[in-house]
Amino acid sequence: MNQEFTMVEINYWAIAPLLVVVAGALIGVLVEAFVARASRHNVQLGVGLVTYLAALVVLLAKSRTEHGLTMGGSVVIDGPSVFLMAVILCFALLSLLVMAERFGGPAADAFTPMGAATPGSDLERSAESAGWGTTEAVPLMMISVVGMMLFVSSGDLLTMFVALEVLSLPLYVLTGLARRRRLLSQEAALKYFLLGSFSSAFFLFGAALLYGYAGSVDIARIALAIGAASPVLDGLLLPGVALVLIGLLFKVGAVPFHAWTPDAYQGAPTPVTGFMAAATKIAAFGAILRLAYVGLSGNRWDWEPALIAIAALTMVIGAVMTVTQTDVKRLLAYSSIAHAGFILVAVMSFDVTGVSGAMFYLVCYGFTTIAAFALVTLVRHEGSEATDLSQWAGLGRRSPVVAGAFAICLLAFAGIPLTSGFTAKFAAFAPAISHGGAAGAWLVVIGVLASAVTAYVYFRIIVTMFFEEGAGDVVAITPSTLTTIAIAIGLVLTILLGVLPGPVLEAATQSAQFLR
Amino acid sequence: MENFPWLTVLMVVPLIGAIVVALLPSGSSGRPWRPVALGVSLVALLISIGAALQFTSGSADQFQLVEKHQWIPQFGVSYALGVDGIALSLIVMSAILVPVCLLAMWDEFPGGGGREKNYFALTLLLEAFIVGVFAATDVFLFYVFFEAMLIPVYFLIGWFGGEGRQKAALKFLLFSLAGGLVMLAAVIGVYFQGPQGGEGFLVENLTGLSMGQNTERLLFLGFFIAFAVKAPMWPVHTWLPDAAAASRPATATLLVGVLDKVGTFGMIRFCLQLFPNASQWATPVVIVLAIISIVYGAVLAIGQDDLMRLIAYTSISHFGFIVLGIFVMTSTAGAGASLYMVNHGFGTAALFLIAGMLIARRGSTKISDYGGWQKIAPGLAGVFLLSGLAGLALPGLGSFVSEFLVIVGSFQHSKWAGAFAVTGMVLAATYIMWLYKRMMTGPTPELATPVRDITIREKVVVAPLIAAFLVLGFFPKPVLDVINPAVQQTLQIVGVSDPQPTHPTAATTGSNNR
Repeated sequence: MNQEFTMVEINYWAIAPLLVVVAGALIGVLVEAFVARASRHNVQLGVGLVTYLAALVVLLAKSRTEHGLTMGGSVVIDGPSVFLMAVILCFALLSLLVMAERFGGPAADAFTPMGAATPGSDLERSAESAGWGTTEAVPLMMISVVGMMLFVSSGDLLTMFVALEVLSLPLYVLTGLARRRRLLSQEAALKYFLLGSFSSAFFLFGAALLYGYAGSVDIARIALAIGAASPVLDGLLLPGVALVLIGLLFKVGAVPFHAWTPDAYQGAPTPVTGFMAAATKIAAFGAILRLAYVGLSGNRWDWEPALIAIAALTMVIGAVMTVTQTDVKRLLAYSSIAHAGFILVAVMSFDVTGVSGAMFYLVCYGFTTIAAFALVTLVRHEGSEATDLSQWAGLGRRSPVVAGAFAICLLAFAGIPLTSGFTAKFAAFAPAISHGGAAGAWLVVIGVLASAVTAYVYFRIIVTMFFEEGAGDVVAITPSTLTTIAIAIGLVLTILLGVLPGPVLEAATQSAQFLR
Repeated sequence: MENFPWLTVLMVVPLIGAIVVALLPSGSSGRPWRPVALGVSLVALLISIGAALQFTSGSADQFQLVEKHQWIPQFGVSYALGVDGIALSLIVMSAILVPVCLLAMWDEFPGGGGREKNYFALTLLLEAFIVGVFAATDVFLFYVFFEAMLIPVYFLIGWFGGEGRQKAALKFLLFSLAGGLVMLAAVIGVYFQGPQGGEGFLVENLTGLSMGQNTERLLFLGFFIAFAVKAPMWPVHTWLPDAAAASRPATATLLVGVLDKVGTFGMIRFCLQLFPNASQWATPVVIVLAIISIVYGAVLAIGQDDLMRLIAYTSISHFGFIVLGIFVMTSTAGAGASLYMVNHGFGTAALFLIAGMLIARRGSTKISDYGGWQKIAPGLAGVFLLSGLAGLALPGLGSFVSEFLVIVGSFQHSKWAGAFAVTGMVLAATYIMWLYKRMMTGPTPELATPVRDITIREKVVVAPLIAAFLVLGFFPKPVLDVINPAVQQTLQIVGVSDPQPTHPTAATTGSNNR
């Protein structure tokens, strides 16, 4: 049988933002090769900023109205994908500002001067003294952003898998590039890589089973096949769904697929951690939403109970484990697990308001998280980050601005009204109560109780910072203007989304309809 | 002045005051934040009086001085303010107490400086939230203030308190937050029982809903648990003694005298009004819990050797009375409970603040460290006795009228509830008189440094409180006139009528006093 090859139609305006970031990443690679080492930092920073801004402008000016399937259905530009892509770009922009922080040194402070050098070796020392820096972090991050943007807009499982790999691989590398505590960082990268590969394999296997079931990897076709119900291959459906979901739930850090989160968050350079926490989460949830609402909703009665159990477990275990943490980065990692649980509650409502609620939550959580991790980079003991919570004692006396800003982030994480955390929680829980039935209501009750548990942790940190006297050698150093801008934007949005969430909520509501 | 946004202004003035005070440079000489903060709180007091003059009792509308604007239409949230008689009297009470508390803190920070400035700023911020929480007529807006209020109090306790402040602040916060978060689930739930839409959270849109029996009961519990923690009732009261003992006296005053009222106020406004059937369903259990609170708080107060804890336990007992008055659901008891909220605010304030003056002189909160102070500080002993007598509801002082009304109303509901409530009065006499005996009577104490009797500033602090005792004791009519229609309205919504329709007027209760 000889089928004529027909070229797929490509709507270039629709995928223009993706192309812009790809181009930026490639330029970044060229910069690494051709620009003198001394000026690379600034050039890369400029390329990164321009790329993200240009992509954002193209997205909002042009691609926003180009709704539809393109590239033969591989890429779907619809409300959620445009909304999530825009947010990912905003997160990337802010994270880049934080990553570029030099604290007066010659290169970015967070990254090792030479990733390939053995920790503690002469080579590393000489790279350090020569003032080298890992400027390739910027193009790596751009490649990851491409993956994230594709992840939320992929229309078939193979594209989704490619996007998953494109977004993950640079993150594995970035995780291993911390300047200080190199061994911990490399260990974290290896763990993240191994477990991440595992989950990718799960996803791929699941995709293969679903292909066997539906005869297509296309998400819309899978939905049709589920609707038509072919009894012959029925046995492939549920294992396929389970494996695909496992692959995605791994990325959001849902229990029991969360084991990598604390290690990766702790070991990665702190600005990268902030980026991972905010952007990876939003990308992965974008994919989960699309799969759950478009592709697999036909047989959701089969897998919904499992996902409800996972949501409940994620909230409870994330919250309880947060209590036992003494390292602020690990603590935020477990708190991010609990937050993933809250977002899953919104996902489980299976209503369009659940989509907008989850998206709104991701926006709020992301901005606060980036600001929080940026603030963590400022608290120093003898030049390196003081991440042990006991070292933060009395910080409120010595550095009231940094401690106060971090306290605002904590209040938002705790979901106190007049911060974005509260409106986000409301947006996530309301659809679960209105459309989630009894299970939704119970999930919300578990959710509020888990919030109370995590609130204990956050307020204990405030006690440590403000109500205790500490040794005087841990101080907050003054960041550059760029980092200050990033933190300020994060904090202002944290308050603004709590007091006047209307416009963003409206945008999320308008963009909540998936294209099928 | 018809459309003047009284309540918003009343909220914004302290808020701006808090910001101004916080922005004053910490190093400035003469500690300008003190007069500025006091001035702001006095302006707020004037505004609250202005608002009260605009209020007409007996109006057909449930809420007056209303303001309504869209806030988050996507959630169905409006910025809606308005007061009924109960809310108005609590707001005026708070507006009186804040300047009194600020004045009480005038010399509490010997060095002055940034710490003192922060204290005054946080107190003003708290006042803004207090007004908001009592004035909100949108359930979501109420919840926002209800939770946001915790933060300034948390800092007031944890930053400025005494020994054990960190733990006490955290305990206070966790209890309140846990209750509040359960309420959040119910807040969301009640919205979807109502008409929804852009104004779906307005109290008026959520009143008189018909919902399933189980749904109503669960939602009721969600609200009630939060308010019971706040009030606080036995068995979720344990945070209060710790918090009060670790706070500065002025913080404890605002915490117990004003903030805890949000719990009992919420029971009337939200539990009774939104879930009338479930409220009646829960009445027997709530009454039992209230009576346990009355007796338990009183018994523990008798056993305390810590002055601040003792006052906190007396409050638990008094809150038992208030909850009892709310849930026996007779108009007499309801009016009594509402009036009790006001009286208790002044009574507790006097006890805490005078205790603070004593503690500042003796440097100890232990009752056993005192004795014979009547001889060395007769002025203080005198006002302390007067406040104590107000606390035990001596006729002629404010609490008597309200406690009497609650007990009469309870007897209307059931004999045994009234009978148990009366024991609370007996126990109150015990703990107050014994407290006075241990601290003030006995041989003249021999102290290293001579003790100053009550100063001019302290007299100014105490005077408005004692004036309030006397006015509310002898002539509570103006307040009752404002409160009664609100109580009637709520009971009408609940759909209960009095067993024997007796409407106490100020004249009859007033003559009972003689």
